Amino acid sequence: MSFARRTFAVVWKDVVVERRSKETVTAVLFFSVLLLFVFEFTLGGDRDRLTGVLPGLLWLAVLLAGLLGLGRSFVLERDNDCWEALLLTPGDKGAVYVGKLLGNLLLMGLVEVIVLALFTLFMNVDVARAMPGLLLVLLLGTLGIAAVGTLFGAMTAHVRARELLFPVLLLPVLVPVLLAIVKSTDALLAGQPLGSVDHWLKLLVAADVIYVVAGLLTFDVLLEG
Amino acid sequence: MTRWLGIVALVAVVAGLVMSFGVAPRELTQGNVQRIMYVHVPAVWVAYLAFFVVLGASVAYLWSREPGADRAAHAAAEVGVVFLGVNIATGAIWGKPTWGTWWTWDARLTSVAVVFVIFIGYLLVRRMTDDPERGARFAAVVGIVGALNVPLVHFSVYWWRTLHQPPTFMKPGPSAAPASIRAALLVNFAALLLLGAYFIAKRYTLLRAEQEAAA
Repeated sequence: MSFARRTFAVVWKDVVVERRSKETVTAVLFFSVLLLFVFEFTLGGDRDRLTGVLPGLLWLAVLLAGLLGLGRSFVLERDNDCWEALLLTPGDKGAVYVGKLLGNLLLMGLVEVIVLALFTLFMNVDVARAMPGLLLVLLLGTLGIAAVGTLFGAMTAHVRARELLFPVLLLPVLVPVLLAIVKSTDALLAGQPLGSVDHWLKLLVAADVIYVVAGLLTFDVLLEG
Repeated sequence: MTRWLGIVALVAVVAGLVMSFGVAPRELTQGNVQRIMYVHVPAVWVAYLAFFVVLGASVAYLWSREPGADRAAHAAAEVGVVFLGVNIATGAIWGKPTWGTWWTWDARLTSVAVVFVIFIGYLLVRRMTDDPERGARFAAVVGIVGALNVPLVHFSVYWWRTLHQPPTFMKPGPSAAPASIRAALLVNFAALLLLGAYFIAKRYTLLRAEQEAAA
């Protein structure tokens, strides 16, 4: 089987599992709705202040929901004894990494669509104005988060107190990605052109390349379990 | 061998203290408190060198699965975290009288703090993994990703904000500092480098003894 076909097999497996169980997606979506309540209760009331911190809140919602989803990705493999099957995948284990990464991207993409829709509806953000540019930032930023998240998720599935260790490892590594996406979203929502954030976009591309290459090269070491 | 490294490091630290308090002049505006720089600045250089060692040793470990490479990475990470901790603590002590605050979310403070947390995570992964061999592999991956991430952290945090006084050393063009200050800094850098190398060597031997005792 070629690399692409093996990758697709892993993605398809994840999609089918999720379509039948609907566990992760339902929980994560409900969690993002609840976050909206939390934001409104803790920061709401003052519309002006809320508008100023909206890009941060938007990404906080995506990040917290993403942490839940990414953390579960490999715990499922372990609990269902699928780990051995992943190990038995013929050829380069990079295909398993890319497959899991794409599956996680799909999940996070779904979360982002919902979070953006919720923010547009309930927080009165004009997302459409920033749209083609914001989509690019979302894509690059999500790739970075998912690339490290997939790698560290495979690791912490085997560690004591994994619910604790996963965010503790992931969040500091993601600081550059977080800064880049929050600052770009801030500028784009304020109506600035995409060119004004091109240094952040370059940083995101560099981060994505580094994380994905590091993931491809080190993933088989983690898959050993 | 390690013992001699320790003795040389001790001599160098004494020489560094003499340079910092005896030879280097009293700074005009900040006064004596500025002398903390002779520990503050070399500590961060040594810490970043140690993290560079972590990167190299981690790659070597994953390549060869040689336990020695893993011990080197482990020892270097511990020493790096300690020296970075010294850098942050001395920075806070220096910051209070000169900036009026222990801590500020300035670019270089923030990026150093982020790197500090990343490598504490590196040490945590080891501690929270039951099988030491598995812990070594996991830590190596965290060490590689963490070390490769250091330039990204620096660029992003720098663009995010900067307030820190611009670097006095290691910048293009002639240095603004007088020769005696530069000499004192260099001697202290050599001293902390030797001290760091001694700690790494000592930790390496200890880790080997622990592993032999457990085996």
